[in-house]
Amino acid sequence: MTLEETRQVVGIVVFPGSNCDQDTIQAIMDLGAIPRVLDYRLRQLPAIDRLILPGGFSYGDYLRSGALAAAAPIMDAVGEAATAGMPVLGICNGFQILCERGLLPGALLPNPHGEFVCRLETLRVTAVPSGFQGLSVGDRLALPIAHHEGSYRVSDGKLHELFEQGQVFLQYSDPDGVVHPLTNPNGSVANIAGVTQGSVVGLMPHPERAMAEYLGSADGRRLLQAWFGQKGGHGC
Amino acid sequence: MKTYRLGLHVGLKEGVLDPAGQATLQVLHQMEFAATEVRIGKWIQVVIEAEDEVRALAIGDEMGRRLLANPVMEAFDVTVTPL
Repeated sequence: MTLEETRQVVGIVVFPGSNCDQDTIQAIMDLGAIPRVLDYRLRQLPAIDRLILPGGFSYGDYLRSGALAAAAPIMDAVGEAATAGMPVLGICNGFQILCERGLLPGALLPNPHGEFVCRLETLRVTAVPSGFQGLSVGDRLALPIAHHEGSYRVSDGKLHELFEQGQVFLQYSDPDGVVHPLTNPNGSVANIAGVTQGSVVGLMPHPERAMAEYLGSADGRRLLQAWFGQKGGHGC
Repeated sequence: MKTYRLGLHVGLKEGVLDPAGQATLQVLHQMEFAATEVRIGKWIQVVIEAEDEVRALAIGDEMGRRLLANPVMEAFDVTVTPL
C-alpha cells in the first residue's frame, strides 16, 4: 500500500523560531502523506498518526538549544504519544528538543571548533530504528547538516549502553561508510549523528532538504520513506 | 510569604569541553595573562515568593534540575538572598 492509499496524517509541531517547518510540510506532501501544523501552545494532539519536530532556532536558542521548547505546553502530549508508541521524528533543533525533554538520551553541545557547519555529509546506518523499512545496517546516506550546536554527548558510562541497545541510528562516516575522527564534523562522541529510543528518533541531518537529486541528494526521501515504513528507496 | 532572590550558577561539568572557555583562555594568553583554565557558565537570578529560606532553596534546586541546567552536561549551585 502506498502512503497515498493509507493517507497518514503527520503532525508538524511549530515553535516560535522553527524555520524548517515549510520544507518538512513539502517533503511530507511529496511522499503522499497529509501534514498537519500543530501550534506549540496546544495541550492535546488532534487525530494524527505520526509527529515531526522540525528544525530551526526555537526560542532563539536561548538558555540552551531546545531547552525552552522542551517545556512548551504541547510537549506533555508529545511525551504521552511517544510513550504510547507513536512514531516521533526530531530533525536538527527537533532532535535537540527531544534530548532536552528526555525523550531521547544525551545532549547536544556547541561544536567545539565554534563554527556553524553547513554541508553534505555521509551518514552510516548503525542501527535500524523500530518501524523503519528499507534501511539496513551499513547503508550510507548523503544528507545535509546545518548547525552550530550538534556535538552529541552522553553522560559518563552511557556510550557503551547506547551501542549495545541498538540506539545509535546514524554515524558520520567517509563515503565508504568507515567511521573515523576525520569524518566527524562537530565533535560528537563516536561520530553520532542520530539516535533512537522506542518509537522516537532524532537526527542532526536534514532529510527534508535532500528530497531530489537536483538538491544534491535524494537520500532524505529514502530516509523519510523508511520512517513511514515504506520500502522503495526511489520516488513515489 | 517572603521574597527571595535565587542565584543559580550553571556551568559545564568538569571534563566537558568548553569551547568558549578555551577561546577566551587563548585570548587571555595573547594578552599575556598567566591563566591556566577558563570555564564559562551562566548566572541566572530568579525572584520568588516562598515560606522560608529552606523552601526557597528547594524551589531553586527544582528549577535547576527541571529547566535551567541540563543534567547530562551541566552542574549548578543555588544561593538564596532574602529581599
